[in-house]
Amino acid sequence: MGMNNMFDLYNIRSNFPIFNQPDLPPLVFLDNASTTQKPTQVLEAVNQFYCRYNANVHRGIYKIAEQATEAYESVRDKVAEFIGTADRRNIVFTKSTTESINLVAYSWARKFLKTGDEILVTEMEHHSNLVPWQLAAQHTGATLKYIPLNKSGSLDMSSPERYFTKNTKLVAISHQSNVLGTINSVKEIIGYARDVGAKTLIDGAQFVPHSKLDVQNLDCDFYVFSGHKMMGPTGVGILYGKADMLETMDPFLGGGDMILSVTMEKAIWNDIPYKFEAGTPNIAQVIGLGAAIDFMKNMNIDSIDSQVRMLTSTAVSRLREIKGLTVLGHENGIDSTSVISFFHKDIHPHDIAHLLDTFGISVRAGHHCAQPVMDKYDLSASVRVSFYVYNTIDEIEQLISGLQKTMEYFR
Amino acid sequence: MDNLRELYQQVILDHNKNPRNFRFMEDFTVKADGHNPLCGDKLQLFIKIDGDYISDISFMGSGCAISKASASIMTEELKGKSIADAEKLFKNFRNMITSGEITSDDIGKLEVLTGVHKYPSRVKCALLAWHTLKNILDQNDTTTTTE
Repeated sequence: MGMNNMFDLYNIRSNFPIFNQPDLPPLVFLDNASTTQKPTQVLEAVNQFYCRYNANVHRGIYKIAEQATEAYESVRDKVAEFIGTADRRNIVFTKSTTESINLVAYSWARKFLKTGDEILVTEMEHHSNLVPWQLAAQHTGATLKYIPLNKSGSLDMSSPERYFTKNTKLVAISHQSNVLGTINSVKEIIGYARDVGAKTLIDGAQFVPHSKLDVQNLDCDFYVFSGHKMMGPTGVGILYGKADMLETMDPFLGGGDMILSVTMEKAIWNDIPYKFEAGTPNIAQVIGLGAAIDFMKNMNIDSIDSQVRMLTSTAVSRLREIKGLTVLGHENGIDSTSVISFFHKDIHPHDIAHLLDTFGISVRAGHHCAQPVMDKYDLSASVRVSFYVYNTIDEIEQLISGLQKTMEYFR
Repeated sequence: MDNLRELYQQVILDHNKNPRNFRFMEDFTVKADGHNPLCGDKLQLFIKIDGDYISDISFMGSGCAISKASASIMTEELKGKSIADAEKLFKNFRNMITSGEITSDDIGKLEVLTGVHKYPSRVKCALLAWHTLKNILDQNDTTTTTE
């Protein structure tokens, strides 16, 4: 741990084919909040499945079907251990964080909420943790309330009694903002929720890729995140749910694999978590996620965390040195990492992103699927850079010089 | 830097910095709002119509260099044109911006935006003002036909 275990970055990058293409200019990839690159180990796990034991899971009695089932199910154990639960029944595989949230919105919220109930979100949510609740509220007659965002980049928790009331039935908040990089005090918020008897869902899509998660310690009811933002393949989302919560919920999708028995009239649901995994799952991708978790564990999650924090704080100070450029959030005393949004007083984010791309630097420009956050800052768009463990200080310097050239060009 | 010039030509940079007809209009005949949901950019277009002619046209709003320049040059090209010619120019411009080919002789200064077709994510930027114009023209058509 610490400096001792601080990895040789060039050695890390050698694991990623996309960073080692001699026929192409070097890729400076700074859009990791969107998705991350995949190491050979992950690609190889996916490839091995298809080449050596491709079969459907939970069905066949032949050897490779059992092998596939075993590989798929072992990732469930791996995920459970990775996020701090001993009970594998807590882990449901979905196709994305968005699907995980929708699963809870349909199977829990629509079943249990009614007129007068309140769903509490925050002003910093990604649309995926906002729209499903707007829909659930419309459907059930519940009201959507939100904890406002301070311009400093943190949630306004000055008077929690205004938001947490006896009517609050669900609190759905992101663990970390995908625009500002702010890490919210979810433990405190879960405490407030518990005090009023509300259930909790934490969107950890941005947090889990670089930080240690312990769901048992958080004591949330649901926790959701994605595999592809932590070097796994696309197409795998994870829903952690407390067993008693999952038990009371109706299935989200009906079909094969989620039932115990079916007559023409009715079906008896399978046990959790299988009740929520109708149809053939993304087997290869789940197996790939298992390899990604192994890769992260080998690197050590604490080392990933400190590397990403080092890159972020370096970039924040370097960006703040540029005249005309404003960084959103990241103020002193606010826990923030990995994601930085900024804007220039004269140059539109799309133009900045386009010019940076011509220098080989991939960044994001737009509202980042979080329009309320943009509204807060009276912006229609911002430029966003986001780091992962394979990024380097040298790449930050390329970003800075790319920005300087961009400003020169538009002067 | 060369492929940069292909998209961001000097004329575009100039219109971005000093957009023409970039003002609010009080005595407009029709106005419409344009919105690019991809980037959140908003634009407001004002047109004053005398008979069949566009006697004045202006716009307001925020946007990237491509969208601003496209709107700015559009207002220059359309001022004094007939509504029928504006309809024609809309079609020809849209064709140019998606194919990169100029097949008509009314494109004029808009030619500087030809390079946009190579960047599908930017085509919407260049078309924002034009789609707003189209809305206005369609509105106007509706008014005309129902009268």
